[in-house]
Amino acid sequence: MLKNLCQKMFGRSLWVYHANSGGCNGCDIEVLNVLTPYYDVERFGIKLVGSPRHADVMLCQGPAMRSTALALKRAYEAMPAPKLVFAIGSCACGGGIWFDSYSVLGPVEKILPVNYYIPGCPPRPEAIIYGVAVALGLVDKKTAPVEFKQIEFPIPQYHPRDLRRDHDMVVYEKLEKV
Amino acid sequence: MSVLSKLEETFLCLKAGRVTLPYPAQAQPLPENFRGRPIFDAAKCVGCAGCANNCPAREILVFDVCQEVRILQYLGRRCTYCGRCADVCPEKAITMSLEFENATNKIGDLGQKLELFMSTCQRCGRCFKGAAVLDELKMKGYRSDDLQSERWIYRSQAFLESEPVVDDIKIELD
Repeated sequence: MLKNLCQKMFGRSLWVYHANSGGCNGCDIEVLNVLTPYYDVERFGIKLVGSPRHADVMLCQGPAMRSTALALKRAYEAMPAPKLVFAIGSCACGGGIWFDSYSVLGPVEKILPVNYYIPGCPPRPEAIIYGVAVALGLVDKKTAPVEFKQIEFPIPQYHPRDLRRDHDMVVYEKLEKV
Repeated sequence: MSVLSKLEETFLCLKAGRVTLPYPAQAQPLPENFRGRPIFDAAKCVGCAGCANNCPAREILVFDVCQEVRILQYLGRRCTYCGRCADVCPEKAITMSLEFENATNKIGDLGQKLELFMSTCQRCGRCFKGAAVLDELKMKGYRSDDLQSERWIYRSQAFLESEPVVDDIKIELD
């Protein structure tokens, strides 16, 4: 449904606004690299604008920080109604490797509703173009969750209340019932 | 003078020719030693959890369901593709692939989950024992990361207490 909506709403061209809320500037450089003649995205109608009031898409880079979270939320609210948010880089997707620092709140999805995630540290310019193409419905996404099992084994439902401290060890009480 | 400089600019632009890469039409060659997302091979993995202990972004969670089954979950959200997990893996079960087109609309698509069969030590009854004394202090008992809320917990003892050791910060936004 979102795909159809995107094709309908953003059929002609996307105007992007890029907001860095405390990243290391690596993703900024990759986004600017997308706009250079080498990966000329203006041929697809994608244009960088300076104000969130002109933008359709917000490119979020960097984690939501304690100092910039409010400004990021205000910039999102300033955008006109059919709007998309792209989280670019591992900081915006998951909080970055300093996710447990005192100044980092976590991924930007804690502040804004994120529509598309482009992981990478930083993502390649091709990956960013691919993410935009996925959002526009031009290509299908390649990733899918993977689950492997070495043996078929009934896994019991786990709850912390079944754990008991026995001297130095932690004992799982329901083990006999499995 | 200005006309001359414009002419010179035009000449320079024409001299460069067409530099735009035909990316969406055809794939670009990747640079040497490029690292994409890691791929976990369940057939080779022995479940030593060395990758979980070495991950700087703490993206690999290990949880022992019971004596025989260990769950190893790679989240992939804040992975920086540093390749430390692949370096430390003794069985070479993790390979850094060349995949970089990982854009999704669901963050759960990036995850990989392995359910591993563990044989237990006859003497101590545990799945795995650390080599050094400090490792034993850290890894006493079961490994029990919080898979439900996708949180990394350093000691298994922390599960018995109400406050988790590693937790995200919460602040109020008006």
